[in-house]
Amino acid sequence: MSDTTSQRTEAFVRTDMLPEQAPPATQTGIIKWGRENLFSGVANSALTVFAFIAIYFILMSSMPWILNGVWNASSIRECRELLEGATGGCFAVLTERWNQLLFGFKYPNDEYWRPTLAFALLFIAVAPVMFYKYLPSKMLLFTGLYPFIAFWLIWGGPVLAPIFGLLGFVAGYLVWSRFVANSFAVGFFGAIAAALVTWWVGGIITNSVSAGDTLLSAVPSRDMGGFMLNLILGTVCVSLSLPLGIALALGRQSDMPIIKWICVVFIEFVRGVPLITLLFVANVVLAYFLPPGTTFDLILRVIIMITMFSSAYIAEVIRGALAALPRGQYEAADSLGLDYPQAMRLIILPQALKISIPGIVNVAVGLFKDTVLVSVISMFDLLGMIRGPILASTEWNGVYWELFGFASLLFFVVCYGISQYSQWLERELATDHR
Amino acid sequence: MTTMTDPPQESFRLSMLLNDTRYRSYTFQFIALIVLVALFAYLGSNLVQNLRAAGLNISYEFLGEPAGYDINQRLIEYESQSSHWRAAIVGILNTLLVAFLACVTATILGVAAGVLRLSKNWLVSKLMAIYVEAFRNVPVLIWIIIIFTVMTAVLPSPRAFRGEDATSSMLLDSLAFTSQGVFVPGLVFGTGGLLVVLTLLASIAGMVFYGKYRTKKLYDEGKELPGWVGWAILIVPTILVYQAFSLTAGQVENRIIVPSEIAAADVSLEQFGERLVTDKTNINYCVVTDSTASALGKKMLLGLPAMELTNPDAVKMKSTRFFSMDDAKTAFAAGSCNMLVVPASEAANFASSVETGAVALATNVKDNAPIAFDTPYLANFRFTDGITVRGSLIALWFALAIYTGAFIAENVRAGIQAISKGQTEAAASLGLRPGRIMNLVVLPQALRVIIPPLISQYLNITKNSSLAIAVGYMDITGTLGGITLNQTGRAIECVLLLMLFYLVISLSISGVMNIYNNAVKLKER
Repeated sequence: MSDTTSQRTEAFVRTDMLPEQAPPATQTGIIKWGRENLFSGVANSALTVFAFIAIYFILMSSMPWILNGVWNASSIRECRELLEGATGGCFAVLTERWNQLLFGFKYPNDEYWRPTLAFALLFIAVAPVMFYKYLPSKMLLFTGLYPFIAFWLIWGGPVLAPIFGLLGFVAGYLVWSRFVANSFAVGFFGAIAAALVTWWVGGIITNSVSAGDTLLSAVPSRDMGGFMLNLILGTVCVSLSLPLGIALALGRQSDMPIIKWICVVFIEFVRGVPLITLLFVANVVLAYFLPPGTTFDLILRVIIMITMFSSAYIAEVIRGALAALPRGQYEAADSLGLDYPQAMRLIILPQALKISIPGIVNVAVGLFKDTVLVSVISMFDLLGMIRGPILASTEWNGVYWELFGFASLLFFVVCYGISQYSQWLERELATDHR
Repeated sequence: MTTMTDPPQESFRLSMLLNDTRYRSYTFQFIALIVLVALFAYLGSNLVQNLRAAGLNISYEFLGEPAGYDINQRLIEYESQSSHWRAAIVGILNTLLVAFLACVTATILGVAAGVLRLSKNWLVSKLMAIYVEAFRNVPVLIWIIIIFTVMTAVLPSPRAFRGEDATSSMLLDSLAFTSQGVFVPGLVFGTGGLLVVLTLLASIAGMVFYGKYRTKKLYDEGKELPGWVGWAILIVPTILVYQAFSLTAGQVENRIIVPSEIAAADVSLEQFGERLVTDKTNINYCVVTDSTASALGKKMLLGLPAMELTNPDAVKMKSTRFFSMDDAKTAFAAGSCNMLVVPASEAANFASSVETGAVALATNVKDNAPIAFDTPYLANFRFTDGITVRGSLIALWFALAIYTGAFIAENVRAGIQAISKGQTEAAASLGLRPGRIMNLVVLPQALRVIIPPLISQYLNITKNSSLAIAVGYMDITGTLGGITLNQTGRAIECVLLLMLFYLVISLSISGVMNIYNNAVKLKER
């Protein structure tokens, strides 16, 4: 039928497809994208132009400074001579004071490999916790050993001390696993007693044996400094405050009024005061409350106070997660005949901790940033090193931007990395179907 | 017939304390209490022993003793002979000042950044993302120190404002950014000045009420009242009151009083200025804080060619501040300052009453402004008068605002995104315009999500303001926890009071938050 029609009217019927034409220039590629995303209206265009101007000025003022930087000089005067009046950063301060920035100015030069190794091992220790789905759970054994290895590497001294520290935990665990089936209380307190006995015996043995040379020379705490100090404080305090925070959160949710109020008062008190006042306590007040004659390391006192501080915040995060669990979960645990420790261990906490991961990571990042506060009580962490020995030295007096920029960059890399991990983990743990 | 049989009366056995859940909790609590009491007793006995060994005792008497140090940034009167308690109060006010400033600025920054981060403009939203990530992930203490470095090491010193080839100049002739701080004009209230301010406050209240009334009318009766009336309510009464005072009550001629050795009685102002230059007279100007004539007279003097600020050969001028006209007159008569502006009616009497001899010069200064600006000026090598905002305050203020603003931006973004898309679509299907959708549907719901974290950010600002000690801003941590602690050695008392202050602030803010949360909680069943 089509044939006849075409013959009769002699109309033109195209039998082959025309080649596709390119869309109009305004509807394709970067122009379309720009029109939609940058210049979709008067206000939007104005914003875009303003943003471009801002970027231009930022780049124009910072790029020459970065690109023209001097990396090899021994003082700011030499930097200026090399630059001959041109704009440029004096990054030589970073190369020249690299070790001071990272390790402080007292840590023995020959022993820098020890904290570096401890730092490298940290990744291996943390990996099985962070990526527990993808790594064999046997690696967790190393995570358990890591605190003792790291302590020995960084502080040095007799090797027996960390070994007995570890043995104490092992003894505690053995007692716990032996008795917990009968009674939680017996297992719990028995484990604590076993650990304490081991440490006491270990302390006596260590003191009597370690008279001679040691494999790694001991480094006193007051010699720690630089970014290493920030990392030590951050990791130690976060790991210590996790169990403490869980205990406080459970205590706050408890039915027992006295225990509940002890926890409430502790949490609200610590959350109500700034960290710096707690550091003042560590610096000047805590000594009054210790038995006469004892001298505590400043670093240890600071660790105690920062741990108290962050455990209160972590407790609040976990309390939120506990409250978010449906009541049915608690009732289901009860109806199975589980007692309180069993219900918490097997049903409630696994779920609550999963919900609270983003919050805990936030607290951890905040805590790590707060470790620079120790520079206020004259400890030489990264910021303390910059403001103290480096900027006060005659060679580098006046090199502000390079040093503060470096410090900001270090913290940014660590904190941004952690927060990206937390977002990834949240996606990983999401079991709901959206 | 039914028989009720009581369950057999159980007798209490000692083992039930451990095995019976009804009694076990008492056992635990009793143990916890004993441990707690023992701990406190142990710490307390340590404290007593340590204090005895150090020959100290717990006492708060040091608060009444003279502090002996100066505080350069203060809101109330304070001198080094004031007590430690007074220094602490100055510190508290400084803490509240910087916390308030930072909260306001952080809210503005955070809301703007949060909304812009959701903008459809790709470039802007990416820029805001960079802002948020860059500032959230770097410790606030580093930001404070960076801005403080800019304020003290990068800005020019007042010396740079001086001389023929001055490298810096004042902004609008009234703002100076120097390494010693930022100098801004202060406000002086003359006759009726207070009334103008009160009128302005009342007008703001009136505008708010009108806005509410307008909305109510619109919703109840469907009538839309004109919007410009609100602005009229805000502006018109204030202008009227201001004009009324400047035209009537304060229309007073003023005279400059100077000692007779500086000028003759009948010289004009120009001649006076020339005379000052030739004689190289040093002027010590009496500033009276509640007299606008005094501020205007100073401005007129600074306008004289002889007073050219950038000229190193110009007349040297400094000012002395008095809180009342009578004080100023006494000081002038005693010779501790040599230039004073008084109303023309008193001028002749006052000039003749000064024993050393004084003359009154005619001026065009009229005390007819209810409110005047007290502008800062360069006196020798530093700026005086006006309001000094120290670099430490600015560093703390802006660092806290920018840092916390990044967190607030995230809260705002989360709050807006928490409103489901269905709400926006439902509003659009009702025919609302995008602006109305935001104002009437999305924001009221988003605020419920945004405000609780916002208030806890305010709390964070207040607590983080204690970092002032790193840049030497004298807040409560700098006075009570800093210099007072170091001078008196009363560590326990000082830290305890410091913690108490922050606790009171924190608990009252979280109390307010609880009240708010209960008020906006979704009312269900």
